[in-house]
Amino acid sequence: MTGTGYFTSVDDVFVKLAETGYLASTAVATTVYLADRLGKPLLVEGPAGVGKTELAKSVAPVAGARLIRLQCYEGVDEARALYEWNHAKQLLRITAGRDETWDETRTDIFSEEFLLTRPLLTAIRGGDPKVLLIDETDKADVEVEGLLLEVLSDFQVTVPELGTITATRRPFTVLTSNATRELSEALRRRCLFLHLGFPDEELERRIVRTKVPGLDETLTASVVRVVAALRAMDLRKLPSVAETIDWARTLLALGAATLDDRLVRDTLGVILKHQEDVEKATAGLRLDTL
Amino acid sequence: MTTPAGLPERLTALVRTLRAHGMRIGPAETLDAARVLEILGLADREQVRAGLAAALLHTEGQRAVFDPVFDVYFPLGVGAPESARPAGDAPPGDVRAWLRDRLADALAANDRAALTRLAAEAVDALGQYGNSPATDGWSAHQTLDRLRPETLLARVRTATQGSGGGSGGTGRGGGSGGFTDRLEADEIRRRIEDFRERVRTEARRRVAERRGADQVARRGLAPTADRVDFLVAGRAQLAELRRTVHPLARKLATRLAARRKRAARGHIDLRRTLRGSLSTGGVPIRPVLRRRRPVRPEIVLLCDVSGSVAGFAHFTMLLVQALSDQFSKVRVFAFVNRADEVTRLVTAGTADPEGLSARILREAAVTGWHGSSDYGSALAEFADRHRDAIGPRTSVFVLGDARTNGGDPNLDALRLIRARARRVHWLNPEQPSSWGTGDSAALRYAEVVPMHACRNVQQLSALIARLLPV
Ligand SMILES: Nc1ncnc2c1ncn2[C@@H]1O[C@H](COP(=O)(O)OP(=O)(O)OP(=O)(O)O)[C@@H](O)[C@H]1O
Ligand SMILES: [Mg+2]
Repeated sequence: MTGTGYFTSVDDVFVKLAETGYLASTAVATTVYLADRLGKPLLVEGPAGVGKTELAKSVAPVAGARLIRLQCYEGVDEARALYEWNHAKQLLRITAGRDETWDETRTDIFSEEFLLTRPLLTAIRGGDPKVLLIDETDKADVEVEGLLLEVLSDFQVTVPELGTITATRRPFTVLTSNATRELSEALRRRCLFLHLGFPDEELERRIVRTKVPGLDETLTASVVRVVAALRAMDLRKLPSVAETIDWARTLLALGAATLDDRLVRDTLGVILKHQEDVEKATAGLRLDTL
Repeated sequence: MTTPAGLPERLTALVRTLRAHGMRIGPAETLDAARVLEILGLADREQVRAGLAAALLHTEGQRAVFDPVFDVYFPLGVGAPESARPAGDAPPGDVRAWLRDRLADALAANDRAALTRLAAEAVDALGQYGNSPATDGWSAHQTLDRLRPETLLARVRTATQGSGGGSGGTGRGGGSGGFTDRLEADEIRRRIEDFRERVRTEARRRVAERRGADQVARRGLAPTADRVDFLVAGRAQLAELRRTVHPLARKLATRLAARRKRAARGHIDLRRTLRGSLSTGGVPIRPVLRRRRPVRPEIVLLCDVSGSVAGFAHFTMLLVQALSDQFSKVRVFAFVNRADEVTRLVTAGTADPEGLSARILREAAVTGWHGSSDYGSALAEFADRHRDAIGPRTSVFVLGDARTNGGDPNLDALRLIRARARRVHWLNPEQPSSWGTGDSAALRYAEVVPMHACRNVQQLSALIARLLPV
């Protein structure tokens, strides 16, 4: 068994995540539990703002684990992801030890003291419980995938000067992706796959109630219904949970009691990011445009 | 063949069927799936579905295949639903009315458990056909045709408004007169569509029980959107395809970027190589490559927009338009029997893709004296009047079925275009076995320029990723 063992059952996942404010669907709770039991990385894919990052962040406190985050971007490389030698410090050390032989110096400058550990290495060293979040994996270049593949296969890394470092305790690993780029088949095969879509209305109401508890319950229900209607339209960017929450907060701040044409029209910009979407929604919701 | 009873057999059969539908599932995934069943047990079916999906799927696109296959091998129940067995307490002649009454209530209350139950009862009562064991079965189509759930809309609306409690049961307030009332009709339509899907699932399950799951699971599935044939896609399917344009364009853009990067490789960046070598004791083990900025290529599309190939042409136009920042220039020409530039209409078309086809036919000069395709005249006009659209950096894509209505294909015009362009490809939405049959000049054109079969989105995206210049 190589599992992380943070949870005792699917229900346990529901309950514990809810305590941190994350409301899981059946699919989410089940997959998190399986990743925990099987010790496999979890690849979470889905549109922006549906709670992919938040999911990983919520597992950490529940498990009493340290959250280690590798934020991917175009150009992220081994030195940022895995480890790097502290060149400046090495040079200082070389200049300081002028009377030593090169052999002595070399053994010294390639030791722990001069090693800068980056998230992937940090995540497999030490025996404390950890959650490794590899966020927005699709933003990284293809080369980095090779590195991830190597690290995530057996949770070990070879540093030429130090030898092979193997995890004594596997981190609970979550990779997120917006699917802007197709991740390689090989990497996908290493992972359990979870597609995180928009929640159903009942779950979304509960999420809004948790995140914006001050908002009237009837208004919360209306907000979620309007968002569902928008998602059924042919828009460029469908509103996500993040937008639903933002809209609910806005309405709360405005002290709104119910929705009306004017209020929806004035706040539509919080939910929709493109002007053409706003126009479509105005027509689709038959908003007065006076 | 019958459904295997034991769990391992069921899992193997499930995996076998998914593979038959083109999913690549290795032994490691199958082992994971077995462990999933071991860990979860069978008590909660939606957990089992989610767990097996996590182990066996690699992309969300495979979901459309996975879900129905799962429903067949891990059915909700066996046989007729409990409540339907004693023919209920309904008067025999009026099963349909009785079902409709209860369906209206369930739709008004959005009671999903009741809707699932009613779907099962409806298939049982209305969906059976044939009377010999060899030919009988259960049909979703027949069930829905008799039940006509879509005609319940008005009734359900009256019910939800009468109750004043919005859609009931679920704590949604906003009674009559509120802003959200206007959403109700569409909400109920979505619920009805959802119910129809439940009926389809149930019919598949009942047939599977009778015929053996394997046989049904292999045949009875609709293809995923990206495998729907362009030439037979209906309005709804084309609309669904259009929604995939932007995500697909993003994926293709990264693939093109990767190809561009590879193509641009070559020079070693000495400074960065040496800097990198410090970790290897100064030995430059990993050479760092410098990238050069290539000049981006130009694309010209020449599309047959007549009749049945129009859906294919419009989808491709929108897709290439969405990719336009990958190229220094994209120009689009359309023809039926005359060729005219429609670049501007396509650019505007991203805001209103449904209207694109009507706008092209209305605002561009694509037809002359008559309304049917004439490749020969259209190619000639393009090669002549729009000659300056093509230069040594231009890749030209001709889109169409090459059906000339018996007219002269005018191969010389195509040769002329080929001579001026950097490259010419022809994308044909027909399957290769139809090329050259009837009035198709496909094989003759294929002697002049490479012709590629492009029957669905899957093939189109593979071709684009491969053929578009970088
Ligand atoms: N199930 C949920 N329970 C509680 N909060 C949620 C849930 N789903 C989403 N949220 C909230 O939605 C917001 C967006 O979530 P998050 O940033 O994790 O999205 P994401 O999927 O990572 O998006 P991106 O792709 O843009 O990074 C957060 O404020 C989060 O708290
Ligand atoms: Mg995120």
